[in-house]
Amino acid sequence: MSHAAPAATEATVARRRVDALRRVPEYLVIWVPLLVTAAHIIAFAAWTIWISFTPSTLLPEAGWVGLRNYNAILSTRNWQIAFDNIFLFGGTFVVLSAAVGLLLAILLDQRIRGENALRSIFLYPLALSFVVTGTVWSWLLNPGLGVQKFVNVLGWTSFKFDWLLDKDKAIWTIVIAAIWQSSGFAMALFLAGLRSVDGDLVKAAQIDGAGPVRIYRRIIIPSLWPILLTVVVVQLQFAITTFDLVRALTGGGPGIATMLPALVVYDFMFQRGHIGRGTAAAVLMLLILLAVLVPYWAWKYVQTRRTANA
Amino acid sequence: MREASITPSRILLYAAVWLIAAAYLIPFAVVLLNSLRSAEEIAQTSMIGWPKQWAWGNYATAWGQFCVAQTCEGIKPYMLNSMLVTIPATIISTLLGAVAGYAISLWRFRGDQWIFGIIAIGVFLPQQMRLLPWTIVLRDMGLTNTLTGLVMIHCIQGMSFTTLFCRNYYTAIPPELIKAARIDGAGFFRTFWRIILPLSPPILVVTAIWQFTHIWNEFLYGVTFTTGQQQPVTAALIALTAAVADIPQYGVQNAAVMIAALPTLLVYLFGGRYFVRGLTAGSVK
Repeated sequence: MSHAAPAATEATVARRRVDALRRVPEYLVIWVPLLVTAAHIIAFAAWTIWISFTPSTLLPEAGWVGLRNYNAILSTRNWQIAFDNIFLFGGTFVVLSAAVGLLLAILLDQRIRGENALRSIFLYPLALSFVVTGTVWSWLLNPGLGVQKFVNVLGWTSFKFDWLLDKDKAIWTIVIAAIWQSSGFAMALFLAGLRSVDGDLVKAAQIDGAGPVRIYRRIIIPSLWPILLTVVVVQLQFAITTFDLVRALTGGGPGIATMLPALVVYDFMFQRGHIGRGTAAAVLMLLILLAVLVPYWAWKYVQTRRTANA
Repeated sequence: MREASITPSRILLYAAVWLIAAAYLIPFAVVLLNSLRSAEEIAQTSMIGWPKQWAWGNYATAWGQFCVAQTCEGIKPYMLNSMLVTIPATIISTLLGAVAGYAISLWRFRGDQWIFGIIAIGVFLPQQMRLLPWTIVLRDMGLTNTLTGLVMIHCIQGMSFTTLFCRNYYTAIPPELIKAARIDGAGFFRTFWRIILPLSPPILVVTAIWQFTHIWNEFLYGVTFTTGQQQPVTAALIALTAAVADIPQYGVQNAAVMIAALPTLLVYLFGGRYFVRGLTAGSVK
Protein backbone atom coordinates (compact mmCIF):
# COMPACT_ATOMS: atom_id res chain seq x y z
CA MET A 1 0.00 0.00 0.00
CA SER A 2 2.90 2.31 0.64
CA HIS A 3 3.76 2.73 -3.05
CA ALA A 4 0.14 3.35 -4.13
CA ALA A 5 0.16 6.96 -2.99
CA PRO A 6 3.00 8.19 -5.27
CA ALA A 7 1.38 6.37 -8.19
CA ALA A 8 -1.84 8.25 -7.56
CA THR A 9 -0.01 11.59 -7.49
CA GLU A 10 1.76 10.73 -10.68
CA ALA A 11 -1.61 10.00 -12.24
CA THR A 12 -3.01 13.33 -11.06
CA VAL A 13 0.04 15.19 -12.35
CA ALA A 14 -0.33 13.45 -15.70
CA ARG A 15 -4.04 14.21 -15.76
CA ARG A 16 -3.35 17.83 -14.94
CA ARG A 17 -0.80 18.00 -17.71
CA VAL A 18 -3.25 16.57 -20.22
CA ASP A 19 -5.87 18.95 -18.91
CA ALA A 20 -3.57 21.93 -19.32
CA LEU A 21 -2.65 20.80 -22.84
CA ARG A 22 -6.29 20.47 -23.71
CA ARG A 23 -6.83 24.04 -22.58
CA VAL A 24 -4.17 25.50 -24.88
CA PRO A 25 -6.64 26.52 -27.62
CA GLU A 26 -8.77 28.19 -24.98
CA TYR A 27 -5.81 30.21 -23.68
CA LEU A 28 -4.82 31.14 -27.21
CA VAL A 29 -8.29 32.36 -28.10
CA ILE A 30 -8.62 34.36 -24.89
CA TRP A 31 -5.16 35.84 -24.65
CA VAL A 32 -3.87 36.47 -28.16
CA PRO A 33 -6.50 39.00 -29.26
CA LEU A 34 -6.65 40.62 -25.82
CA LEU A 35 -2.89 40.96 -25.53
CA VAL A 36 -2.44 42.23 -29.08
CA THR A 37 -5.12 44.88 -28.55
CA ALA A 38 -3.92 45.93 -25.12
CA ALA A 39 -0.30 45.98 -26.27
CA HIS A 40 -1.08 48.14 -29.28
CA ILE A 41 -2.88 50.68 -27.12
CA ILE A 42 -0.08 50.99 -24.56
CA ALA A 43 2.85 50.66 -26.95
CA PHE A 44 1.46 52.98 -29.63
CA ALA A 45 0.56 55.68 -27.13
CA ALA A 46 3.92 55.38 -25.37
CA TRP A 47 5.86 55.40 -28.64
CA THR A 48 3.99 58.45 -29.93
CA ILE A 49 4.68 60.30 -26.69
CA TRP A 50 8.36 59.31 -26.84
CA ILE A 51 8.77 60.48 -30.46
CA SER A 52 7.38 63.87 -29.45
CA PHE A 53 10.47 64.34 -27.26
CA THR A 54 12.98 63.35 -29.94
CA PRO A 55 14.52 65.34 -32.81
CA SER A 56 12.78 63.08 -35.38
CA THR A 57 11.85 64.70 -38.65
CA LEU A 58 11.11 62.42 -41.62
CA LEU A 59 12.03 59.21 -39.78
CA PRO A 60 12.08 58.28 -36.10
CA GLU A 61 15.40 59.21 -34.48
CA ALA A 62 16.67 58.56 -30.98
CA GLY A 63 17.63 61.52 -28.86
CA TRP A 64 16.09 63.91 -26.40
CA VAL A 65 15.10 67.47 -27.14
CA GLY A 66 12.90 68.08 -24.12
CA LEU A 67 9.94 70.31 -24.90
CA ARG A 68 11.38 71.77 -28.08
CA ASN A 69 8.76 70.20 -30.35
CA TYR A 70 6.00 71.35 -28.02
CA ASN A 71 7.27 74.90 -27.94
CA ALA A 72 7.60 74.87 -31.70
CA ILE A 73 4.01 73.66 -32.16
CA LEU A 74 2.60 76.05 -29.58
CA SER A 75 4.21 79.00 -31.35
CA THR A 76 2.89 78.16 -34.83
CA ARG A 77 0.02 80.23 -36.16
CA ASN A 78 -1.73 77.01 -37.24
CA TRP A 79 -1.87 75.61 -33.72
CA GLN A 80 -2.94 78.90 -32.18
CA ILE A 81 -5.83 79.18 -34.60
CA ALA A 82 -6.68 75.49 -34.10
CA PHE A 83 -6.68 75.95 -30.34
CA ASP A 84 -9.01 78.97 -30.52
CA ASN A 85 -11.23 77.10 -32.95
CA ILE A 86 -11.63 74.21 -30.53
CA PHE A 87 -13.30 76.59 -28.11
CA LEU A 88 -15.33 78.40 -30.75
CA PHE A 89 -16.42 75.29 -32.60
CA GLY A 90 -16.53 72.90 -29.63
CA GLY A 91 -18.35 75.29 -27.33
CA THR A 92 -20.96 76.48 -29.81
CA PHE A 93 -21.53 73.06 -31.29
CA VAL A 94 -21.95 71.33 -27.93
CA VAL A 95 -24.35 73.92 -26.53
CA LEU A 96 -26.45 74.19 -29.68
CA SER A 97 -26.63 70.48 -30.43
CA ALA A 98 -27.65 69.73 -26.84
CA ALA A 99 -30.29 72.48 -27.05
CA VAL A 100 -31.62 71.25 -30.40
CA GLY A 101 -31.53 67.65 -29.15
CA LEU A 102 -33.47 68.54 -25.99
CA LEU A 103 -36.03 70.53 -27.96
CA LEU A 104 -36.56 67.65 -30.38
CA ALA A 105 -36.85 65.15 -27.54
CA ILE A 106 -39.45 67.27 -25.75
CA LEU A 107 -41.44 67.75 -28.97
CA LEU A 108 -41.37 64.01 -29.67
CA ASP A 109 -42.42 63.26 -26.11
CA GLN A 110 -45.87 64.88 -26.67
CA ARG A 111 -47.53 61.64 -27.80
CA ILE A 112 -47.05 62.60 -31.39
CA ARG A 113 -48.38 60.56 -34.26
CA GLY A 114 -45.61 59.32 -36.54
CA GLU A 115 -43.02 59.47 -33.80
CA ASN A 116 -41.02 56.59 -35.27
CA ALA A 117 -40.78 58.20 -38.68
CA LEU A 118 -39.73 61.52 -37.15
CA ARG A 119 -37.13 59.88 -34.96
CA SER A 120 -35.66 58.12 -37.98
CA ILE A 121 -35.46 61.43 -39.83
CA PHE A 122 -33.59 63.16 -37.00
CA LEU A 123 -31.19 60.26 -36.64
CA TYR A 124 -30.34 59.31 -40.22
CA PRO A 125 -27.44 61.79 -40.59
CA LEU A 126 -25.61 59.77 -37.93
CA ALA A 127 -25.38 56.85 -40.33
CA LEU A 128 -23.52 58.99 -42.86
CA SER A 129 -19.80 59.45 -43.09
CA PHE A 130 -18.43 62.87 -42.15
CA VAL A 131 -16.90 62.96 -45.61
CA VAL A 132 -20.37 62.76 -47.13
CA THR A 133 -21.78 65.33 -44.71
CA GLY A 134 -18.87 67.70 -45.30
CA THR A 135 -19.08 67.35 -49.08
CA VAL A 136 -22.82 67.93 -49.20
CA TRP A 137 -22.65 70.98 -46.95
CA SER A 138 -19.70 72.38 -48.89
CA TRP A 139 -21.99 72.43 -51.93
CA LEU A 140 -25.00 73.83 -50.09
CA LEU A 141 -22.97 76.61 -48.48
CA ASN A 142 -20.95 77.45 -51.58
CA PRO A 143 -22.27 80.89 -52.58
CA GLY A 144 -21.97 80.22 -56.30
CA LEU A 145 -23.75 76.90 -56.09
CA GLY A 146 -25.95 76.45 -53.05
CA VAL A 147 -28.33 78.46 -50.91
CA GLN A 148 -27.08 81.90 -51.96
CA LYS A 149 -27.30 81.10 -55.68
CA PHE A 150 -30.76 79.59 -55.16
CA VAL A 151 -32.09 82.76 -53.53
CA ASN A 152 -30.31 84.92 -56.14
CA VAL A 153 -31.91 82.98 -59.00
CA LEU A 154 -35.32 83.34 -57.32
CA GLY A 155 -34.96 87.11 -57.73
CA TRP A 156 -33.37 88.45 -54.55
CA THR A 157 -30.10 89.23 -56.29
CA SER A 158 -28.42 91.06 -53.41
CA PHE A 159 -28.82 88.14 -50.98
CA LYS A 160 -25.49 87.00 -49.58
CA PHE A 161 -24.65 83.88 -47.63
CA ASP A 162 -20.95 83.32 -48.08
CA TRP A 163 -19.73 82.18 -44.67
CA LEU A 164 -17.80 79.37 -46.33
CA LEU A 165 -15.48 81.89 -47.99
CA ASP A 166 -15.34 84.36 -45.10
CA LYS A 167 -12.39 83.66 -42.84
CA ASP A 168 -14.18 85.05 -39.78
CA LYS A 169 -17.35 83.06 -40.34
CA ALA A 170 -16.20 79.82 -41.97
CA ILE A 171 -15.95 78.10 -38.58
CA TRP A 172 -19.73 78.47 -38.19
CA THR A 173 -20.31 76.41 -41.32
CA ILE A 174 -18.63 73.52 -39.51
CA VAL A 175 -20.90 74.13 -36.54
CA ILE A 176 -23.95 73.98 -38.83
CA ALA A 177 -22.89 70.72 -40.48
CA ALA A 178 -21.89 69.14 -37.17
CA ILE A 179 -25.22 70.03 -35.56
CA TRP A 180 -27.10 68.65 -38.53
CA GLN A 181 -25.15 65.43 -38.28
CA SER A 182 -25.22 64.74 -34.57
CA SER A 183 -28.03 66.57 -32.77
CA GLY A 184 -30.07 63.41 -33.33
CA PHE A 185 -27.70 61.64 -30.98
CA ALA A 186 -28.51 64.13 -28.20
CA MET A 187 -32.20 63.71 -28.99
CA ALA A 188 -32.01 59.91 -28.67
CA LEU A 189 -30.35 60.11 -25.25
CA PHE A 190 -32.67 62.83 -23.96
CA LEU A 191 -35.75 61.01 -25.20
CA ALA A 192 -34.69 57.86 -23.34
CA GLY A 193 -34.22 60.05 -20.26
CA LEU A 194 -37.61 61.70 -20.61
CA ARG A 195 -39.26 58.31 -20.87
CA SER A 196 -37.69 57.15 -17.63
CA VAL A 197 -38.82 60.11 -15.52
CA ASP A 198 -40.81 59.02 -12.49
CA GLY A 199 -44.46 59.09 -13.62
CA ASP A 200 -45.83 59.37 -10.07
CA LEU A 201 -43.86 62.54 -9.48
CA VAL A 202 -45.32 64.10 -12.61
CA LYS A 203 -48.82 63.00 -11.67
CA ALA A 204 -48.47 64.44 -8.18
CA ALA A 205 -47.38 67.75 -9.67
CA GLN A 206 -50.33 67.69 -12.05
CA ILE A 207 -52.72 67.14 -9.14
CA ASP A 208 -51.13 70.10 -7.40
CA GLY A 209 -52.13 72.13 -10.45
CA ALA A 210 -48.74 72.54 -12.13
CA GLY A 211 -48.92 73.29 -15.86
CA PRO A 212 -46.84 71.39 -18.45
CA VAL A 213 -44.21 74.15 -18.75
CA ARG A 214 -43.74 74.19 -15.00
CA ILE A 215 -43.53 70.41 -14.84
CA TYR A 216 -40.84 70.39 -17.52
CA ARG A 217 -38.87 73.18 -15.90
CA ARG A 218 -39.11 72.02 -12.33
CA ILE A 219 -39.25 68.23 -12.47
CA ILE A 220 -38.36 66.71 -15.81
CA ILE A 221 -35.45 68.80 -17.10
CA PRO A 222 -33.59 68.84 -13.76
CA SER A 223 -33.71 65.04 -13.71
CA LEU A 224 -31.98 64.99 -17.10
CA TRP A 225 -28.73 66.58 -16.08
CA PRO A 226 -26.67 63.40 -15.82
CA ILE A 227 -27.70 62.68 -19.42
CA LEU A 228 -26.82 66.23 -20.38
CA LEU A 229 -23.35 65.68 -18.98
CA THR A 230 -22.91 62.50 -21.02
CA VAL A 231 -24.11 64.26 -24.17
CA VAL A 232 -21.73 67.16 -23.59
CA VAL A 233 -18.73 64.90 -22.98
CA VAL A 234 -19.38 62.67 -26.00
CA GLN A 235 -19.90 65.68 -28.28
CA LEU A 236 -16.79 67.43 -26.94
CA GLN A 237 -14.81 64.29 -27.56
CA PHE A 238 -15.99 64.39 -31.15
CA ALA A 239 -15.29 68.12 -31.51
CA ILE A 240 -11.74 67.84 -30.20
CA THR A 241 -10.83 65.03 -32.60
CA THR A 242 -12.73 66.33 -35.65
CA PHE A 243 -10.83 65.73 -38.86
CA ASP A 244 -12.94 64.29 -41.71
CA LEU A 245 -15.70 66.88 -41.49
CA VAL A 246 -13.36 69.86 -41.77
CA ARG A 247 -11.27 68.15 -44.40
CA ALA A 248 -14.33 67.69 -46.61
CA LEU A 249 -16.11 70.94 -45.81
CA THR A 250 -13.45 73.66 -45.73
CA GLY A 251 -10.12 71.83 -45.92
CA GLY A 252 -9.05 74.05 -43.03
CA GLY A 253 -9.60 77.20 -45.07
CA PRO A 254 -10.13 79.80 -46.25
CA GLY A 255 -6.42 80.12 -45.60
CA ILE A 256 -6.03 78.46 -42.22
CA ALA A 257 -9.16 79.98 -40.68
CA THR A 258 -10.79 76.65 -39.81
CA MET A 259 -7.68 74.78 -38.63
CA LEU A 260 -8.32 72.20 -35.94
CA PRO A 261 -5.76 70.21 -33.90
CA ALA A 262 -6.30 67.02 -35.91
CA LEU A 263 -5.46 68.91 -39.12
CA VAL A 264 -2.30 70.32 -37.54
CA VAL A 265 -1.23 66.79 -36.56
CA TYR A 266 -1.78 65.49 -40.08
CA ASP A 267 -0.08 68.48 -41.65
CA PHE A 268 3.11 68.11 -39.61
CA MET A 269 3.25 64.30 -39.80
CA PHE A 270 2.59 63.72 -43.48
CA GLN A 271 2.83 67.00 -45.37
CA ARG A 272 5.71 68.81 -43.70
CA GLY A 273 7.47 65.56 -42.78
CA HIS A 274 8.22 66.60 -39.21
CA ILE A 275 7.00 63.70 -37.11
CA GLY A 276 8.52 65.04 -33.88
CA ARG A 277 6.25 68.07 -34.10
CA GLY A 278 3.34 66.06 -35.49
CA THR A 279 3.39 63.71 -32.51
CA ALA A 280 3.77 66.67 -30.13
CA ALA A 281 0.58 68.11 -31.61
CA ALA A 282 -1.11 64.70 -31.19
CA VAL A 283 -0.10 64.59 -27.53
CA LEU A 284 -1.39 68.14 -27.00
CA MET A 285 -4.65 67.03 -28.56
CA LEU A 286 -4.77 64.08 -26.17
CA LEU A 287 -4.19 66.44 -23.23
CA ILE A 288 -7.14 68.61 -24.30
CA LEU A 289 -9.23 65.46 -24.52
CA LEU A 290 -8.12 64.32 -21.06
CA ALA A 291 -8.99 67.73 -19.63
CA VAL A 292 -12.58 66.87 -20.56
CA LEU A 293 -12.58 63.14 -19.82
CA VAL A 294 -10.76 62.95 -16.49
CA PRO A 295 -13.22 65.14 -14.55
CA TYR A 296 -16.06 63.21 -16.18
CA TRP A 297 -14.59 59.86 -15.16
CA ALA A 298 -14.03 61.16 -11.62
CA TRP A 299 -17.64 62.28 -11.46
CA LYS A 300 -18.84 58.90 -12.71
CA TYR A 301 -16.66 57.13 -10.18
CA VAL A 302 -18.10 59.17 -7.30
CA GLN A 303 -21.57 58.58 -8.68
CA THR A 304 -21.22 54.78 -8.76
CA ARG A 305 -19.63 54.77 -5.28
CA ARG A 306 -22.56 56.77 -3.96
CA THR A 307 -25.18 54.47 -5.44
CA ALA A 308 -23.25 51.44 -4.18
CA ASN A 309 -23.24 52.86 -0.65
CA ALA A 310 -26.85 53.98 -0.68
CA MET B 1 -53.33 55.97 -23.87
CA ARG B 2 -55.88 58.52 -25.01
CA GLU B 3 -55.16 60.45 -28.19
CA ALA B 4 -54.76 64.12 -27.36
CA SER B 5 -57.55 66.17 -28.91
CA ILE B 6 -56.95 68.63 -31.76
CA THR B 7 -56.22 72.01 -30.33
CA PRO B 8 -54.37 75.00 -31.80
CA SER B 9 -51.35 74.14 -29.71
CA ARG B 10 -51.32 70.58 -31.07
CA ILE B 11 -51.44 71.91 -34.62
CA LEU B 12 -48.56 74.23 -33.84
CA LEU B 13 -46.62 71.33 -32.36
CA TYR B 14 -47.07 69.19 -35.48
CA ALA B 15 -46.16 72.11 -37.73
CA ALA B 16 -42.98 72.76 -35.73
CA VAL B 17 -41.83 69.18 -35.57
CA TRP B 18 -42.41 68.50 -39.27
CA LEU B 19 -40.77 71.76 -40.25
CA ILE B 20 -37.64 70.74 -38.39
CA ALA B 21 -37.84 67.28 -39.93
CA ALA B 22 -37.95 68.91 -43.36
CA ALA B 23 -34.80 70.84 -42.52
CA TYR B 24 -33.05 67.58 -41.66
CA LEU B 25 -34.21 66.00 -44.91
CA ILE B 26 -33.29 68.88 -47.22
CA PRO B 27 -29.59 68.03 -47.67
CA PHE B 28 -30.51 64.46 -48.58
CA ALA B 29 -33.26 65.59 -50.94
CA VAL B 30 -30.90 68.08 -52.59
CA VAL B 31 -28.29 65.41 -53.30
CA LEU B 32 -30.89 62.94 -54.50
CA LEU B 33 -32.42 65.46 -56.93
CA ASN B 34 -29.04 66.72 -58.10
CA SER B 35 -27.90 63.21 -58.82
CA LEU B 36 -30.63 63.18 -61.47
CA ARG B 37 -29.91 66.60 -63.00
CA SER B 38 -27.44 67.46 -65.71
CA ALA B 39 -24.33 69.51 -64.92
CA GLU B 40 -25.45 72.34 -67.22
CA GLU B 41 -28.80 72.57 -65.51
CA ILE B 42 -27.17 72.81 -62.08
CA ALA B 43 -24.64 75.38 -63.27
CA GLN B 44 -27.39 77.54 -64.77
CA THR B 45 -29.59 77.57 -61.68
CA SER B 46 -28.22 76.22 -58.40
CA MET B 47 -27.79 73.00 -56.43
CA ILE B 48 -31.35 73.37 -55.18
CA GLY B 49 -33.98 72.58 -57.76
CA TRP B 50 -36.27 70.06 -59.40
CA PRO B 51 -34.84 68.17 -62.40
CA LYS B 52 -36.17 69.45 -65.73
CA GLN B 53 -34.88 66.33 -67.44
CA TRP B 54 -34.16 63.21 -65.51
CA ALA B 55 -30.49 62.39 -66.06
CA TRP B 56 -30.47 58.76 -65.03
CA GLY B 57 -27.17 58.33 -66.82
CA ASN B 58 -25.41 60.15 -63.95
CA TYR B 59 -25.47 56.97 -61.92
CA ALA B 60 -23.88 54.84 -64.61
CA THR B 61 -21.19 57.48 -65.16
CA ALA B 62 -20.51 57.83 -61.44
CA TRP B 63 -20.36 54.09 -61.00
CA GLY B 64 -18.17 53.11 -63.93
CA GLN B 65 -16.67 55.99 -65.93
CA PHE B 66 -16.07 59.06 -63.85
CA CYS B 67 -12.43 60.07 -63.51
CA VAL B 68 -10.92 60.10 -60.04
CA ALA B 69 -7.29 61.13 -59.98
CA GLN B 70 -6.27 60.09 -63.51
CA THR B 71 -8.11 56.76 -63.61
CA CYS B 72 -11.52 56.71 -65.19
CA GLU B 73 -13.32 53.74 -63.72
CA GLY B 74 -15.86 55.60 -61.63
CA ILE B 75 -16.23 54.79 -57.95
CA LYS B 76 -16.84 51.08 -58.52
CA PRO B 77 -13.30 49.97 -57.57
CA TYR B 78 -13.38 52.12 -54.43
CA MET B 79 -16.77 50.78 -53.41
CA LEU B 80 -15.35 47.31 -53.84
CA ASN B 81 -12.34 48.23 -51.70
CA SER B 82 -14.60 49.52 -48.95
CA MET B 83 -16.64 46.32 -49.08
CA LEU B 84 -13.51 44.15 -48.94
CA VAL B 85 -12.31 46.03 -45.88
CA THR B 86 -15.59 46.57 -44.06
CA ILE B 87 -17.18 43.13 -44.32
CA PRO B 88 -14.27 40.95 -43.08
CA ALA B 89 -13.26 43.51 -40.43
CA THR B 90 -16.83 43.72 -39.14
CA ILE B 91 -17.25 39.96 -38.88
CA ILE B 92 -13.84 39.26 -37.33
CA SER B 93 -13.90 42.11 -34.83
CA THR B 94 -17.44 41.27 -33.73
CA LEU B 95 -16.62 37.61 -33.14
CA LEU B 96 -13.37 38.41 -31.34
CA GLY B 97 -15.25 40.90 -29.18
CA ALA B 98 -17.91 38.34 -28.32
CA VAL B 99 -15.32 35.75 -27.20
CA ALA B 100 -13.28 38.33 -25.29
CA GLY B 101 -16.38 39.85 -23.67
CA TYR B 102 -17.53 36.40 -22.59
CA ALA B 103 -14.11 35.47 -21.21
CA ILE B 104 -13.87 38.71 -19.23
CA SER B 105 -17.39 38.86 -17.83
CA LEU B 106 -18.33 35.22 -17.27
CA TRP B 107 -15.48 32.75 -17.67
CA ARG B 108 -13.15 34.96 -15.64
CA PHE B 109 -9.39 34.52 -15.44
CA ARG B 110 -6.56 36.10 -13.55
CA GLY B 111 -5.98 39.70 -14.61
CA ASP B 112 -9.23 39.95 -16.55
CA GLN B 113 -10.29 43.30 -15.11
CA TRP B 114 -6.86 44.78 -15.77
CA ILE B 115 -6.79 43.83 -19.39
CA PHE B 116 -10.36 44.99 -19.82
CA GLY B 117 -9.44 48.37 -18.36
CA ILE B 118 -6.60 48.77 -20.86
CA ILE B 119 -8.75 47.73 -23.79
CA ALA B 120 -11.50 50.14 -22.75
CA ILE B 121 -8.96 52.99 -22.87
CA GLY B 122 -8.69 52.22 -26.59
CA VAL B 123 -12.21 53.59 -27.02
CA PHE B 124 -10.97 57.04 -26.05
CA LEU B 125 -7.46 57.05 -27.47
CA PRO B 126 -7.57 59.29 -30.57
CA GLN B 127 -6.49 57.87 -33.92
CA GLN B 128 -3.80 60.54 -34.12
CA MET B 129 -1.96 58.80 -31.29
CA ARG B 130 -1.72 55.63 -33.39
CA LEU B 131 -1.18 56.99 -36.88
CA LEU B 132 2.61 56.84 -36.95
CA PRO B 133 2.98 53.51 -35.14
CA TRP B 134 0.54 51.96 -37.60
CA THR B 135 2.53 53.42 -40.50
CA ILE B 136 5.64 51.67 -39.21
CA VAL B 137 3.90 48.39 -38.37
CA LEU B 138 2.31 48.27 -41.83
CA ARG B 139 5.66 49.01 -43.47
CA ASP B 140 7.46 46.30 -41.48
CA MET B 141 4.76 43.75 -42.24
CA GLY B 142 4.81 44.67 -45.93
CA LEU B 143 1.16 45.72 -45.75
CA THR B 144 1.51 49.35 -46.78
CA ASN B 145 -1.15 50.31 -49.31
CA THR B 146 -3.07 47.04 -48.97
CA LEU B 147 -6.62 46.29 -48.00
CA THR B 148 -5.36 43.51 -45.71
CA GLY B 149 -3.53 46.16 -43.69
CA LEU B 150 -6.71 48.16 -43.23
CA VAL B 151 -8.65 45.04 -42.23
CA MET B 152 -6.01 44.24 -39.61
CA ILE B 153 -6.10 47.77 -38.20
CA HIS B 154 -9.87 47.80 -37.96
CA CYS B 155 -9.93 44.38 -36.28
CA ILE B 156 -7.39 45.30 -33.62
CA GLN B 157 -8.72 48.77 -33.04
CA GLY B 158 -12.33 47.59 -33.22
CA MET B 159 -11.70 45.07 -30.43
CA SER B 160 -11.97 47.90 -27.92
CA PHE B 161 -15.54 48.67 -28.93
CA THR B 162 -16.73 45.14 -29.58
CA THR B 163 -15.28 43.78 -26.32
CA LEU B 164 -16.84 46.63 -24.38
CA PHE B 165 -20.27 46.15 -25.97
CA CYS B 166 -20.31 42.39 -25.47
CA ARG B 167 -18.81 42.46 -21.99
CA ASN B 168 -21.46 44.94 -20.81
CA TYR B 169 -24.19 42.78 -22.28
CA TYR B 170 -22.88 39.51 -20.84
CA THR B 171 -22.58 40.87 -17.30
CA ALA B 172 -26.38 40.66 -17.20
CA ILE B 173 -26.22 36.87 -17.65
CA PRO B 174 -26.34 35.11 -14.26
CA PRO B 175 -22.92 33.54 -13.55
CA GLU B 176 -24.69 30.51 -12.03
CA LEU B 177 -25.52 29.46 -15.57
CA ILE B 178 -21.82 29.20 -16.37
CA LYS B 179 -20.98 27.54 -13.07
CA ALA B 180 -23.60 24.87 -13.67
CA ALA B 181 -22.22 24.20 -17.14
CA ARG B 182 -18.70 24.00 -15.74
CA ILE B 183 -19.74 21.49 -13.11
CA ASP B 184 -21.31 19.42 -15.88
CA GLY B 185 -17.87 19.36 -17.48
CA ALA B 186 -18.48 21.82 -20.29
CA GLY B 187 -15.32 23.66 -21.33
CA PHE B 188 -14.75 27.20 -22.53
CA PHE B 189 -15.81 26.64 -26.13
CA ARG B 190 -18.76 24.36 -25.38
CA THR B 191 -20.18 26.84 -22.89
CA PHE B 192 -19.74 29.64 -25.40
CA TRP B 193 -21.34 27.66 -28.21
CA ARG B 194 -24.22 26.15 -26.21
CA ILE B 195 -25.08 28.85 -23.68
CA ILE B 196 -23.61 32.23 -24.60
CA LEU B 197 -24.07 32.30 -28.37
CA PRO B 198 -27.80 31.48 -28.27
CA LEU B 199 -28.27 34.43 -25.91
CA SER B 200 -26.18 36.76 -28.07
CA PRO B 201 -28.04 37.68 -31.29
CA PRO B 202 -29.22 41.10 -30.06
CA ILE B 203 -25.76 42.27 -28.99
CA LEU B 204 -24.07 40.74 -32.04
CA VAL B 205 -26.40 42.68 -34.32
CA VAL B 206 -25.84 45.92 -32.39
CA THR B 207 -22.07 45.41 -32.46
CA ALA B 208 -21.92 44.41 -36.12
CA ILE B 209 -24.01 47.42 -37.19
CA TRP B 210 -21.83 49.74 -35.14
CA GLN B 211 -18.65 48.29 -36.62
CA PHE B 212 -19.97 48.27 -40.19
CA THR B 213 -21.02 51.92 -40.00
CA HIS B 214 -17.77 53.05 -38.41
CA ILE B 215 -15.43 51.13 -40.66
CA TRP B 216 -17.31 52.09 -43.81
CA ASN B 217 -17.29 55.76 -42.82
CA GLU B 218 -13.68 55.81 -41.63
CA PHE B 219 -11.50 58.25 -43.52
CA LEU B 220 -8.22 59.10 -41.77
CA TYR B 221 -6.62 55.64 -41.97
CA GLY B 222 -7.94 55.11 -45.47
CA VAL B 223 -6.40 58.29 -46.78
CA THR B 224 -3.13 57.85 -44.84
CA PHE B 225 -2.34 54.20 -45.49
CA THR B 226 -3.60 53.72 -49.04
CA THR B 227 -3.18 55.57 -52.30
CA GLY B 228 -4.64 55.45 -55.79
CA GLN B 229 -6.62 52.39 -56.66
CA GLN B 230 -6.37 50.90 -53.19
CA GLN B 231 -8.32 53.66 -51.44
CA PRO B 232 -11.65 53.11 -49.73
CA VAL B 233 -14.58 55.11 -51.02
CA THR B 234 -14.46 57.85 -48.35
CA ALA B 235 -10.94 58.77 -49.43
CA ALA B 236 -11.88 58.56 -53.11
CA LEU B 237 -14.85 60.90 -52.55
CA ILE B 238 -12.51 63.66 -51.41
CA ALA B 239 -10.38 63.21 -54.53
CA LEU B 240 -13.52 63.11 -56.66
CA THR B 241 -14.99 66.31 -55.26
CA ALA B 242 -11.62 68.03 -55.44
CA ALA B 243 -11.87 67.52 -59.21
CA VAL B 244 -14.68 70.09 -59.15
CA ALA B 245 -12.26 72.83 -60.13
CA ASP B 246 -11.40 71.28 -63.52
CA ILE B 247 -14.69 70.43 -65.14
CA PRO B 248 -17.65 70.60 -62.79
CA GLN B 249 -19.81 67.52 -63.16
CA TYR B 250 -22.14 68.18 -60.28
CA GLY B 251 -24.79 65.71 -61.34
CA VAL B 252 -22.33 62.84 -61.50
CA GLN B 253 -20.63 63.89 -58.29
CA ASN B 254 -23.94 63.94 -56.46
CA ALA B 255 -24.70 60.48 -57.81
CA ALA B 256 -21.31 59.30 -56.51
CA VAL B 257 -22.08 60.71 -53.05
CA MET B 258 -25.43 58.90 -53.07
CA ILE B 259 -23.78 55.60 -54.00
CA ALA B 260 -21.08 55.99 -51.33
CA ALA B 261 -23.65 56.79 -48.65
CA LEU B 262 -26.06 54.03 -49.63
CA PRO B 263 -24.63 51.01 -47.72
CA THR B 264 -24.70 52.65 -44.30
CA LEU B 265 -28.06 54.25 -45.03
CA LEU B 266 -29.50 50.84 -45.91
CA VAL B 267 -28.06 49.33 -42.74
CA TYR B 268 -29.64 52.19 -40.79
CA LEU B 269 -32.97 51.77 -42.54
CA PHE B 270 -33.20 48.04 -41.84
CA GLY B 271 -31.50 47.94 -38.48
CA GLY B 272 -32.55 51.32 -37.07
CA ARG B 273 -33.54 49.97 -33.67
CA TYR B 274 -30.19 48.25 -33.21
CA PHE B 275 -28.35 51.25 -34.60
CA VAL B 276 -29.84 53.49 -31.91
CA ARG B 277 -29.11 50.93 -29.23
CA GLY B 278 -25.48 50.92 -30.32
CA LEU B 279 -25.35 54.71 -30.13
CA THR B 280 -26.60 54.77 -26.57
CA ALA B 281 -24.48 51.79 -25.54
CA GLY B 282 -21.44 53.45 -27.09
CA SER B 283 -22.01 56.62 -25.11
CA VAL B 284 -22.57 55.08 -21.69
CA LYS B 285 -19.24 53.24 -21.89
